[in-house]
Amino acid sequence: MKKEDVPQDLGSLGKITREVCYATDKDGKYTTQLSSGWEVKAQALDLAWQDIDQRIASAKQKVLNKEASPLLFFMEYRLMDASILAGYTGFWQWQIKRHLKPEVFDSLSDKKLQKYAKAFNVKVADLKSMNVHES
Amino acid sequence: MKVDFVHRQSAHCESGVTSSLLQNIGAAKITEPLAFGMGAGLFFAYIPLIKVNNGPAIAFRTFPGLIFKRTCKALGIPIVRKKFSSKAEAEKYLQDALAAGSPVGCQVGVYYLSYFPREYRFHFNAHNLIVFGKEEDNYLISDPIMEFPTTLTTYELERVRFAKGALAPKGQIYYPAQHVEVTDDTIRKAIKNGIKLNVSNMLNIPGWFAGVNGIQYTGGRIKKWRDNLGLEKAGLYLAQLVRMQEEIGTGGGGFRYMYGAFLQEAYAFLPNDDLLKSSEKFTETGDLWRTAAVLAAGIYKGRLGSQADFNQMGDYLIEIAEIERKAFIELKNIKW
Repeated sequence: MKKEDVPQDLGSLGKITREVCYATDKDGKYTTQLSSGWEVKAQALDLAWQDIDQRIASAKQKVLNKEASPLLFFMEYRLMDASILAGYTGFWQWQIKRHLKPEVFDSLSDKKLQKYAKAFNVKVADLKSMNVHES
Repeated sequence: MKVDFVHRQSAHCESGVTSSLLQNIGAAKITEPLAFGMGAGLFFAYIPLIKVNNGPAIAFRTFPGLIFKRTCKALGIPIVRKKFSSKAEAEKYLQDALAAGSPVGCQVGVYYLSYFPREYRFHFNAHNLIVFGKEEDNYLISDPIMEFPTTLTTYELERVRFAKGALAPKGQIYYPAQHVEVTDDTIRKAIKNGIKLNVSNMLNIPGWFAGVNGIQYTGGRIKKWRDNLGLEKAGLYLAQLVRMQEEIGTGGGGFRYMYGAFLQEAYAFLPNDDLLKSSEKFTETGDLWRTAAVLAAGIYKGRLGSQADFNQMGDYLIEIAEIERKAFIELKNIKW
């Protein structure tokens, strides 16, 4: 890539920092050039988030239909699979899978709910009602 | 408390941290591309069985942690590397190292990294940054991908040092243990060593999923994605490929440009025209990776999407594999 071809399409990262790209000058010698972003990769990132938003919406619907516990919603919302959530809570993955059933979730002790709330960075009450106040 | 340290921005976090820490102890010639090449950083792997954010795992660089380790080893610089089970102990160790005057490399997760934009916060646990001091409750942070130094509160730093999930950092810190004179001879040896290892990693790694064979295989798979996955999911997979290739840290073209820069810098120490010839090949494949990314974007934006487009996409990777194979064979055959 030539230095003058380094794209400067302002993306979400570009508002916070420009990033270093390696590119060649007119003599073919490598140098660095700051870039504020590239449309092609910004679109890839947008698509990834659209997919995540869809997964969150479908999880929410499943919870409302009583097909899953609010855990599913927060796992999608926090981009956590069972193994990451197990890391943050200390539960086993099979326990988490059990807690994904609404009837099992409803019978969880406050202590256990507290662990989930902490992992998702929300309050226990919000955990039950699927409320999210912050990004 | 603030140790003597100059923030340097780089393209990639680990090679940047490595280069910054080494320059800080007096090895002023170790630029980011040199650290990347000595650490044999260039790689390719496609592992569909491992899912990253619901897409296949794709890597353009070597396994996290190896660049620092290999580069220091090749330069004969002893390192301190430590993981912790206790958060309190992890912080104390960090503070003691700072008090002793060492800036410290930390492995962190980006999900709770407060200065990153939200769009970039995934559960990726192999980010690297340097801590170079503390003022009141704020740690002074030199994140190599950022233009300027930044800060994290004690709690924020602890949370990212103890992020959970795959590659959990477990508070890992690392830094060069002492000041060592790095001669040009040592650098020459480290360059040769890094090239040899990278040749072997890209040409001889067993299995179909990694190295230049992996690129070729992935090209073949991509041609089948449209039928096997459906257009929507295939688009998501392509977006994943482009993100791994171009997102913060690669320097563009899936690290190929950085490797091209490395080979040019290597030439300054080891004047051999084959290094420059190979460098041009990596510039060429970097450009091809980016041309492929533009086509991929056409597909995931819905402008394109015929089987012919997927065939073209796959053919780009197959062409890249051939050029990179030739470049690495050329490097392998250099008579030093």
